[in-house]
Parts: sequence; C-alpha cells; structure tokens
Amino acid sequence: MEQELVIQRNEVRLVNYIIRRMLYAIPILIGVNLITFTLFFVVNTPDDMARMHLGIKRVTPEAILKWKQERGYDKSLIYNSAEKGADKFTNTIFFEKSTSMFVFEFGRADDGRDIAHEIKTRMLPSLAIALPVFILGLVSYITFALIMVFFRATYIDLWGVVLCVAIMSISLLFYVIGGQFLISKLWHLVPISGFSGGLDIGKFLVLPVIIGVFSGSGASARWYRTIFLEEMGKDYVRTARAKGLSESIVLFRHVLGNALIPILTGAVVLIPSLFMGSLILESFFGIPGLGSYTIDAISSQDFAIVRAMVFLGSFFYIIGLILTDISYTLVDPRIRLE
Amino acid sequence: MLTDNNPNLMMVLEKNPNFHGETYPVGDYKNNLKSDLFKDAGEPLPFIDKIMFYRDKESIPRWNKFLQGYYDASGIGSDSFDQAVQITGQGEATVTKEMSAKGIRLEEAIATSTYYVGFNMLDPKVGGLTESSRKLRQAISIVVDYEEFISIFANGRGIPAQGPIAPGIFGHKYGKEGVNPIVYNWKNNRPSRKSIETARGLLAEAGYPNGIDIKTNAPLVLYFDVTARGPEDKSKLDWMSKQFQKLNIQLVIRSTDYNRFQDKIRQGNAQIFEWGWNADYPDPENFLFLLHGPQRKVGSDGENAANYDNPEYNVLFEQMKNMKDSSERQEIIDQMLRILRKDSPWIWGYHPKDYALYHEWYTNVKPNKMSHNNLKYHRIDSNMREEKRLHWNKPVLWPLAVFLIVLIVGLIPAIVIYRKKERGAGISNSEKRGEIG
Repeated sequence: MEQELVIQRNEVRLVNYIIRRMLYAIPILIGVNLITFTLFFVVNTPDDMARMHLGIKRVTPEAILKWKQERGYDKSLIYNSAEKGADKFTNTIFFEKSTSMFVFEFGRADDGRDIAHEIKTRMLPSLAIALPVFILGLVSYITFALIMVFFRATYIDLWGVVLCVAIMSISLLFYVIGGQFLISKLWHLVPISGFSGGLDIGKFLVLPVIIGVFSGSGASARWYRTIFLEEMGKDYVRTARAKGLSESIVLFRHVLGNALIPILTGAVVLIPSLFMGSLILESFFGIPGLGSYTIDAISSQDFAIVRAMVFLGSFFYIIGLILTDISYTLVDPRIRLE
Repeated sequence: MLTDNNPNLMMVLEKNPNFHGETYPVGDYKNNLKSDLFKDAGEPLPFIDKIMFYRDKESIPRWNKFLQGYYDASGIGSDSFDQAVQITGQGEATVTKEMSAKGIRLEEAIATSTYYVGFNMLDPKVGGLTESSRKLRQAISIVVDYEEFISIFANGRGIPAQGPIAPGIFGHKYGKEGVNPIVYNWKNNRPSRKSIETARGLLAEAGYPNGIDIKTNAPLVLYFDVTARGPEDKSKLDWMSKQFQKLNIQLVIRSTDYNRFQDKIRQGNAQIFEWGWNADYPDPENFLFLLHGPQRKVGSDGENAANYDNPEYNVLFEQMKNMKDSSERQEIIDQMLRILRKDSPWIWGYHPKDYALYHEWYTNVKPNKMSHNNLKYHRIDSNMREEKRLHWNKPVLWPLAVFLIVLIVGLIPAIVIYRKKERGAGISNSEKRGEIG
C-alpha cells in the first residue's frame, strides 16, 4: 500500500515537472524567435526578399509592394507606431509571423510551397539516414569501447585509442568523398548517391550509414572508454572481483549497466534532433531530407522557412533535454525530479 | 509532359500520347548528309519516351555518376576540367584520351551572356563624359587583361569581349571588323592587347601621370564594389588589384552581400563594380539597352547600372531598337559601338563558353543557350547505355574478402589474450599498483 503511494507521488511529481519544463520552454522559444527575426532582418529587408523572389532582373516597385502585401511583409517589423494601444505590437510582421508558430502552423514558404508538408516529406528521408546511424553508432561505439576496456593496457587498447584519435581528427567530408571514391567508384559495390522511396532504398543507404557511423566512432568510442574506465575504478567493481566473478561478467553486467547513465545523457538529447537531418551527408548522397532545407532557405532569403526550421530545431532540443531528465529517473532510481 | 514533380529529388517528363506530331527537321539535308545531326531527318518526333531529371547537389558525386554512365550528359566543373578536356596546339578543346576511350564527346556553345566591369558614370573620378575621365577609363580597360583572366579562372572557357553584344547575336562582328580599337591592335590576324605604355600614356593625359593626381599630388585610389564572397574568389580580387597596380593605381575592394551591393548600385554609390548580363532574347537591343541613358539605375530604376547617358547614343538606340535585322541596322549598331568603345563605360570583360559532355549513346544534340525545347530531337540508345553501364560497373569483391581475412587474423591474438586473462589471476600486478595509486 505504502509502496503504491510512493509510486503515485513520484508520478505526480514527474507530470508536474514536465508541465513546468514545457512552460519554461515558451519564453525560450519566444527568445529564439526574436533573435532569428532580428538577425534575419538585419541582413535582409522585405524589399530585398521581394527582389530575390521576383527575379533579379528589372523588378518594378509596384511588383515589390504587391509581393510584400500578399505575404504580409508590408507592415512594420516589430513596433508599429501608426497603430494604437496593443496594436502597436500586434500589427507587426514579428507578431503575426510568430504567433502561428506556437500552434505549429508554419504557413507557406515565400515560393508558395506549404512548409508543413515540405517538412513532413523531407523528415522521412532524413530519418532513414539518421536513425540507423544513431542506433548502429551507439551499439558499435559501446562495443568498441568495451573491447578496449576489456583489453586495457594491452596493444589492442593502445592501438584502439590511436585509431580513435586518428578517426576523430579527419573531417566528415573526407570520409564522404573517400568512401564514394573507394566503395562506389573503384569497387562498384553500391551507388554513389541517390534515393528512392521504394524497397530498393537499402542500396542507397548503406554507404551514408557506414560513413556516418564510422566518422563518429573516434570521438564517441574514446569518450565511452573513459566512462567505462572511471566505473572500473569504483568500489563495487572491486567487490564484484573479490567475489570471484570473471572479468567479462564484471564488465558486461556491472560496469556496463552503471556506465549507461552518462551515455544516456549524451544519446537521448540527440533523439528528437534526428529528424533535422545532416547537412553534409544529405547533400553529398543526394538525399532529399531536411539537412539542407535551412541553408537553402537562408541563401534564397526565405524567412518563412528559416523561422520554421529554427523554431523546430529549438523545440526538438528542448524536448531532448526533458527526455534526458526523464530517462535519468528511469535508469537511476536515486534521482528524483523536483 | 510532367508526370512526376518532386523538386527535392527528381522530375520526370514522359512522352505525351496526344502529341500533335512533328518530324525531325530536314534542313539543308543534301549538303549535310555527312553530319550525324541529320541521320534522323524526316523521322517522327520525339525519340525518347521518358526523361528523368535528378537533383544531385554536389558536383563530385554528380561527375562520378556521369562517368559511370548513370547520367547521360554533364557540364564540367573546374575540379574535373583537366581530367575531361585538353586544349590542342591550335587552341581547340577536345576530350582527353580517357574520355574518348569511353566514347564521351565534347560540345561547346558560347553563352549569350557577358561579364563586365562597369564604371559608375555619376562618380566624380571615373565617371562623366569629359576627355580626361574617358582616357582614365580607356587606360584601365587596356590593363585589365581578360585573356589572362580567362586562362587562369575559366580554364580558357570564354572569349574576351570587344563590346557589349555577345557572339551569335545580330550586330556582333567577328575578326578584324569586330575588334575594339581602343583596347586592341590587329596584329598577325588576331587582336593583340595594347601595351601598358599606351595605357600609361593615356593615364598621364587623363591627369594622373604614374598614378599620381597632378592636382592634389596624392596617389590615385579607386574603389571596387563586389558582393561578399568565399575564399575561392579572393584570388580573383587579388588578380584584379594586380591589374590596376600595373598603372600604379591602388584598388580598394569593397565587399558586401548582394542586397547591399544592389542598394549601392541603385543609389549610384558604387565606383567600379562587376556584373553580368544573360540575354533574354537573341536581339542586340537586349544588350545595348544596358547602356541606354533613360534606362539608367539612378533615377529611373532601369538596368543601366553604369548610369551611362550619352545623348548621341540614346538617339541611335531609339532608332535601332525596333528595326528588323538589316545592313542599316548593322550600320547604326556599328556607330553605337564606336561611341561606346570610345567612352568606355564598361571594361568589356568576356563572354563565357559553355562546355558540355555527352555519352556516346546520346545523340542529336546541338547545344545552344537560347531555345529550351530541344529535348524532342534528342535520341538515346538505351541498349548501348545498359551494356556500357554493366561493363563499366562490375562489382569488385576482393576488397570485401581481404577485409574479412584481416578481421579474422586480427581476432586471433585478441582471443589468446582473452584466454590468458580468464585463466590467470583476477588482478594483475600492474593493475593493483594502478588502483592503489
């Protein structure tokens, strides 16, 4: 009975905590929105945007005005001195464009395409790369780190660390170009780049996933190794050994479980951001994902997309942080959310 | 007709079953019997059932896929230029041996565009129609060596411009007749850029002997307005400063983003600037209007970015603009070009050449930069393409085998160590020391 009460109380606490964090998120998102807005309009005026979209040659002032009116860019930016009362702030580009974001209404891009639809269709290809890279990465980095720890102070550990440092010192771009050259161009094992919505998607994903996992392995495996080694020095490990447990049981059953807490911190925070895709992998492998959506929008001065993507990015990041906190309580009963 | 429209990935055009029916042009068939372009004369169009356009953002994978035969045609980036094209002794471009062994051929077309450096004619130093400012601009036009520019920065893909009108457009003249006599002499049957001494002489006459203003005794400093660009363009700007240094003129680069640059041009705040024009339609009017006074940027928001306004030229322009192509029109254009060359409101720059590579199975292609409805004439031999693709892209499996062997061999010492550890004492001496420490 008492135990049930404790669990219930914990659940209420957790829900309270999540609600509180969600409320904290609102001012953060408004702030992010304001900064994006200011930075964007410091560089581009609505007139510049209109000129960019109407074509660089011969754009009449009437056409610019019409373009701005159609898209609501003909108002004051943040403060409208012509209006009265609260309208001074609400009848502005900033207010009108920002409020709809909080109900996830992204509207249309300046070229007329529906942003929500665009994000939905681009999210899946991004996820098709990011999710396998994330899962396979996590599994292989932990395995590699465990092997190094198991063989610590032998040549395997030494060369493993050397390899990690070498891998993390080289840029992703090198792996992409090198991988495409070796595996696709010389050995013709998989296509160089491309994407397909059908069942043959696998052959297009193999290379980017391998490269994505490999390029991240150096830094992650070395970090996980450090975490494991730190755990190895703790008292409970000595106790386990004193009981006569074999080295592999000590490592895989006791150390791995306890080392998962810091690993989780780094991993869970990334999960929501997986939707956002990877810029380099997606552009080099011709994957129609979200990775380059923001960059393309910045270069075409499409504020509607930039705003939506920055908002979504910060939203996912906040969700990631909340998930991390919750996952703490799940793996470590000592931690309580207040 | 467009059957799949996914601009993020690909677009597909398919043969329209209700096409009204056309045949391949016969043209001057008898005289062109030998030309491959006339093999299909009189045949019903189109030849291709389905065309797929893929979006491949990065040039390296795009180029490699072309070499593997997955794309039928390709442009040439500067990275792959030397791999694809060689320039013969006569200055003609052909494909390299490696490319011709694959059956790849090169087609070139001179773009109906021009890249120029403009002087703001409203500027008190470089602008105006006075004799001294004219001579200053002429001197600068001589020393900015576009032959060198084309060979360094465009892999030889371009021709130095003699005026605003691009080749292939009515009014453009080739050979001796078309040469700009202000910048070039005609020597050994080709234009030869005038000497730096000539330019220095002009500069001295303009009031700046050896780059020093005789009125103020200060060195001549000019400002070059460009759009903010990446590191790869820095060398171009360095090159430009070097050209001005030939006359002892200091060139200050003022780099901004494109929005600010456009603002400066609109308000006439730029001094010397770089811009280009791509023709909308193949008529000289579409180039000459870029210097028509009533269409200047400042005040009329037109396309005349140099704000050049010469009444004599303006009258001739009005006369010429609606005429049909004729010898009278050519005469007026010649007159206009004479005025322009003398006033030198632009350094005429260059007209880029476009190179494109095509696979053997892709025929009936004659690239041009004006009409875009040529796909119906193109022909693809899909059997040959399939064959070549298979032949070129046979999978090489031995590296996988080598990888597996290395992995297995690498595992053996690891297993040995593992066994030793499991059999040996729980904690080794070295570890004990480590833990106590």
